[in-house]
Amino acid sequence: MSIPADDRVQVRFSGVGGQGIVLMGRLLGKAAALYDNKEAVATQSYGPEARGGASRSDVVISSQPIDFPFVTEVDVLVAFFQEAYQRHRGRLARGGLMIVESDLVKPEHDGTEICPVPATRMAEDLGRKVVANVVMLGYLVGRTGVVSRESLEEAIRTTVKAKVVPLDLEAVEAGIQLARTHQQQKADEAAAP
Amino acid sequence: MSIPVEANISLVDKHPADDLLRADRFPHILCPGCGIGTVIHTYVRAIMESGVDPDRHVCVSGIGCSGRAAGYVNVDSYHATHGRALPFALGIALHKPDLVVTVISGDGDLTAIGGNHFIHAARRNINLNVICINNFNYGMTGGQTGPTSPKGARSPTAPDGNQDHPFILPHLAHAIGASFVSRWTVLHVRQFQEAVLRMMEKDGFCFTEVLAPCPTSFGRPNNFAQGLHEMEMYRDRCHIENGVSRMSDLQIDIMDPDWPIIVGNFVDVERGSYGEHA
Amino acid sequence: MVKLHAARPPPTPRLLSGARFMQGDHACAEGALAAGLDFFAGYPITPSTEVAERLSDRLPAVGGRFVQMEDELGSIAAIIGASAAGARSLTATSGPGFSLMMENIGLAAMMELPIVVVNVQRASPSTGLPTMVGQSDILQARWGSHGDYGVIAYCPDSPQECFDLTFEAFNAADRYRVPVFVLMDEVVGHMAERVVIPEPGILSIRVRKGPRQPPGKEPFLSYAPDDDLVPPIAHAGEGYKVHMTGLTHDERGYPITDAGVHHKLVTRLVDKVRKHADQILMTEEFMLDDADTVLLAIGCTSRSARHAVRMARAQGRHWGLLRPKTVWPFPSDRVRELAASGRVRQFVVPEISLGQLRREVERLTRMPVINITHAGGAMPTPEQILEAVES
Repeated sequence: MSIPADDRVQVRFSGVGGQGIVLMGRLLGKAAALYDNKEAVATQSYGPEARGGASRSDVVISSQPIDFPFVTEVDVLVAFFQEAYQRHRGRLARGGLMIVESDLVKPEHDGTEICPVPATRMAEDLGRKVVANVVMLGYLVGRTGVVSRESLEEAIRTTVKAKVVPLDLEAVEAGIQLARTHQQQKADEAAAP
Repeated sequence: MSIPVEANISLVDKHPADDLLRADRFPHILCPGCGIGTVIHTYVRAIMESGVDPDRHVCVSGIGCSGRAAGYVNVDSYHATHGRALPFALGIALHKPDLVVTVISGDGDLTAIGGNHFIHAARRNINLNVICINNFNYGMTGGQTGPTSPKGARSPTAPDGNQDHPFILPHLAHAIGASFVSRWTVLHVRQFQEAVLRMMEKDGFCFTEVLAPCPTSFGRPNNFAQGLHEMEMYRDRCHIENGVSRMSDLQIDIMDPDWPIIVGNFVDVERGSYGEHA
Repeated sequence: MVKLHAARPPPTPRLLSGARFMQGDHACAEGALAAGLDFFAGYPITPSTEVAERLSDRLPAVGGRFVQMEDELGSIAAIIGASAAGARSLTATSGPGFSLMMENIGLAAMMELPIVVVNVQRASPSTGLPTMVGQSDILQARWGSHGDYGVIAYCPDSPQECFDLTFEAFNAADRYRVPVFVLMDEVVGHMAERVVIPEPGILSIRVRKGPRQPPGKEPFLSYAPDDDLVPPIAHAGEGYKVHMTGLTHDERGYPITDAGVHHKLVTRLVDKVRKHADQILMTEEFMLDDADTVLLAIGCTSRSARHAVRMARAQGRHWGLLRPKTVWPFPSDRVRELAASGRVRQFVVPEISLGQLRREVERLTRMPVINITHAGGAMPTPEQILEAVES
């Protein structure tokens, strides 16, 4: 019997309490496990660590059964706060993607590819700061394709209160648009002499 | 079987309370002069007069001499662990609210090891009737000091006399929110039975303290060597004062021959029993 | 169109059929609801609190009763009382609360009142690491209350199994009239995964065996067992005038001070589980057919073990996994059989305990048992398991 090629993707959301970090993990995991025909495990930090303000949630996604439920190294790190960035950046895998809230995190120039997303400002432009986490999810999905946009939207529809859904879907759209812009820039840079 | 004794006197086949006692468990384990038998009989009479089918009465006890009460009454009866009669009874009462659940247990069981359950069952106003038999000591284990033992009372664990302050049980029950609070003695069987009946018909957490002699364990080292001595003391020193204004006046010092013992129905209020709004 | 009535939320069903993304604690609560849970009493304690929180909302909505008690002593007494009145009853706790419940575990065993106790294990002893994983309540679950008695304990390895095995726990409790534990751990309790809840009519709820005589004249013998060692049960309010006590009792339920009666009674309490072990036992075997190295693991640790098996197999090594879903009764016969097969060279026991599970394996075989332990707060990783076996 052979072990199938591992397509395990490990995502970490990090920030402070109140930023919707845990919900991001739940939504991404749900999108993968229920609507994308994948396996997914979501875990989160508990305890004094969480009480102190720090918040973290992890999602492992794979087409194969996930035995070990925790992230071993981070393929995509979403940092919503400077301290979170500092704390978790060392876990990012080589070639991994670092997505930061660009108004709250000042990343270091260490060669890692940084995706700056002013999610809070974008959310404010949409009318409510609290959807910053969904903007970020939209960006993540637009940038990585780890789950389909439709699955993310379905996860939102089946999780949040009905009256919040339209705004959340706008937030997804905003995030995906920014991801497209970034990808276009990247393609242009690559094409440039 | 009926045995004619004299022309105009005959013994009856059956005592009216027979159906509600587990006669197949007699003789009971209680000592001569003990007050617990009177409490059991009073409870049984109250069931008979309650107008509620005995099948809907449930008796729960904890551990100790008083905890044996459940074993002698012929209704669904449960002898729980020490101190846990109240939460056990709570489970029955909340799952089947149509049952009339009465907890008969001792002062040590209900207010020492079970004290936490006592205060919270009352706080929640769980629909339970609690008969707390206060005999001022741990009778079953040989008369050790308990939470109601008078100051100065001698016991195997207080050879020089008890140094602790005793609970004033009705005062405590009132403070924690009981809907009905009374105190009687096993001498006051009529009034006690009326109090038990009132508890049975009333919703919410109802509490009656009943003073009972324990000549074997408490009485002997404390000048009540026979049950009768303590009953005489009740007769001489009890004052009936229903609706007493100051609950702190209910302090008992049975060691002091001049100290009056106030008995009566003290509290009867509506608080809305637990889960009423569900 | 005129609205005649204020909009009301639709009634929630007892069975939330369909696929959901759910943490183990919530799945456990749903498993209990699916099993017909009537009564929950509990006291908040990490990491089991989410079981209570979910039931505080869900259980009253389907007509059940949720009570937050003053402590764990009261919680367990209340669910035993509710069981006496016919309720399918549950409490959920973690190590410190589980310790407080031990006395009344014995009462439930002695009164033969079915209860289910969920213990989401955390790093112990004492207060330990409240938010972090442990698996060291295994032996306490079996032996924690004083005296001899039988219990059943399930160890789910995923949110799906938290649902499945909690459901199973209620049927087992009612079938054998013993305390049944769902020994989860913080990892499976808090991780979220897909949980598929069956459509109505798929799961079958076992009905307690009741008296075969009408209430009335003939005294009902509450503790006269059938051939399966389990007596029929009559509940409070059914008219049978039962008496139940933690004291040694005769078949009528009356206290009796007699060594012979005691011996017979307690032997039956133990035999109810022991003699039905083959019907109660649940195990998973993964790549075990040709294995020369057998990993034995429970709960979250078995997920590391399963991955270690996959990694070893990828390297051409013959590893397999035996996973007890019921840690009590323990799959002793299967372990003995594997040990005697001539094929198996060694057992490997990874666990979040300093050897409680190893002890069970060691007493069944004279083979080498490699124990990969952590005292709590972290679980052995697949790599650690591979390394430990290699060294």
